[in-house]
Amino acid sequence: MILQVENIEKKFYDPIEFKVLNGISFGIERGEFVTLVGKSGCGKSTLLYILSTMDTEYSGRLVIDGEDVVGYDQNRLSAIRNEKIGFVFQFHYLLTDFTCLKNIMIPALRLGKLSEEEIEFRAMEKLRMLGLEDQALKPASKLSGGQQQRVAIARALINDPLIIMGDEPTGNLDSKNTQIVFDILQELAHVNKQTIIAVTHDNDFARASDRTIEMMDGRII
Amino acid sequence: MNINRNIAWTYFIASKKMTMVAILGVVIGVSIFMFMNSMAAGFDRTSGESFFKTTPHIRVYKDDKISQPLKEESNSKTLIVNPKVVPSINTIDNPMDWVKLIRKQKEVTVVFPQVSCPVFYNNGKSQITGTTIGFDPVEADKMFRISTFTVQGSIADLSTHQDGIIIGSGIAEKMNLLTGDKINMTSSKGINLTLTVVGIFKTNNSKEDKTKSYVNLATGQQFLKENNAYVTDINVNIDNPDRAPQVAKELTNLTGYKAEDWIAANETYMAASRIRKIVIMFISFTLLIVSSFGIYNILNMTVSQKINDIAILKAMGFNGGDVIRIFVYQALTIGALGVILGVLLALILVQALQHVYIGGDIGYFPIRFEPWVFVRGIFIGLFITFLAGYVPAKKAAKVDPVSIFRK
Repeated sequence: MILQVENIEKKFYDPIEFKVLNGISFGIERGEFVTLVGKSGCGKSTLLYILSTMDTEYSGRLVIDGEDVVGYDQNRLSAIRNEKIGFVFQFHYLLTDFTCLKNIMIPALRLGKLSEEEIEFRAMEKLRMLGLEDQALKPASKLSGGQQQRVAIARALINDPLIIMGDEPTGNLDSKNTQIVFDILQELAHVNKQTIIAVTHDNDFARASDRTIEMMDGRII
Repeated sequence: MNINRNIAWTYFIASKKMTMVAILGVVIGVSIFMFMNSMAAGFDRTSGESFFKTTPHIRVYKDDKISQPLKEESNSKTLIVNPKVVPSINTIDNPMDWVKLIRKQKEVTVVFPQVSCPVFYNNGKSQITGTTIGFDPVEADKMFRISTFTVQGSIADLSTHQDGIIIGSGIAEKMNLLTGDKINMTSSKGINLTLTVVGIFKTNNSKEDKTKSYVNLATGQQFLKENNAYVTDINVNIDNPDRAPQVAKELTNLTGYKAEDWIAANETYMAASRIRKIVIMFISFTLLIVSSFGIYNILNMTVSQKINDIAILKAMGFNGGDVIRIFVYQALTIGALGVILGVLLALILVQALQHVYIGGDIGYFPIRFEPWVFVRGIFIGLFITFLAGYVPAKKAAKVDPVSIFRK
């Protein structure tokens, strides 16, 4: 079990008190490709941010790779995110002042386990895998949406994370690019045994994944 | 390069124009700070120098005493209705022994006894009032550096001529005297002597130049109708003039005579000088602080512009400390560049002002490269830069990535 949650509850207080998550419990195995689906406002993004350790205001248990992270301070959570979790966002969210290559390298440079040359080599490898090697030295802002999303995936992969989380990773892409991204994610799960958790609105995307967790009004159905 | 510094550098480059303006602010603030403080230090030094042409660091003399009751009664208080200054000779007893003792004290560099006597310089029927000082010319030159402002003859000639005298340039002018001429003087004790002018000095302090003259100790004692053990003052110089008040206290305890330091003796002047220092400090500090607003501004803007980047960095595992470091690096890069250029500009300003002629007893503008002022400017400049960067950086560190991503 790579990730396990027990009885997660969360409330919003603004504008009025509202229970957005109500007793969520499930476990995810290594190498699973899981999608979180549900109508807007059902709490799936909120849940994803809790799983990502970025949101710490909730009650319940969150175990990542055997470590109960509830109550960890921000610095420890940052270190876990850096090493074990990769992110792909809906709006690609690259750092626009840097080249594609640098964007991919940044999480690994932060981790600091490898030398800069090795990191650069690995980053180029990831770019090649995603068919973007000729875009490496372009500024991130000069790429098309599909290309940016693939760069974001490469960045999420650079530290070989155990879990890759996506908040609507294909939400912004046309069907061709959606297919490319889906294939990449599936390969990562099945070949590299990396766990994928993605929030999506795309039913085809969800249906093609290994497992779909459907949510409604803060509960799993 | 460390990744935080790398990111900071990228942001630094990305906003060139604003960065330049911020750097320019620091350059002006730092250079004016250094320049004004160098100027203050220069003023202090010149006024100190002109002081010490005529004043020792510490003067030991016998103070007047008010009459006291002969015997203290234990059960009643004796009152003297009309106390008077006790008539006594103003001499220091056994002056040479005291001189030897004082010379042995640490910090003391020059010690010599002197007598001063009010005199008239006789010029036909008219007389010029003034004061003559009797001392050992060799020691006195070490203290007052008389040779540096002697315009004719030399102080060394005074040692070889027992009847020699060095007069102020004002006296020489009025009486039309040159070295080698004779001068007739009458002291307040009625002694009349004719001395040979061996030197003329010019301190640029016109009061000194018009009234003062220097003679040998023995001549001075002769004017006062006293023997060769009669000494009114012992002049003391020490390593560091700023320590004069402490050393003066020690000398008072040691000798039992009154030891007055130059700071106490010139209270009014010192107060004015302190006010000048405070004003200069205040203005230069204000400039420095205002210059840091530029940095605060640009950092604040970068933080609001890059709030998405900050959220992404945090999602990727950068912690609050990393974010603070990124923005503080950026601020310090601006600060360091500003300080370096500021030092250069300050050096140019100092150099330029050194060649401006003011006139009077100052001559050229009294300013020069003051290493300590520059060191202080560098540190204060960097510290203020750091603060100006730290405040927005702290704000950036508090950014909650979830709230940014949810928008």
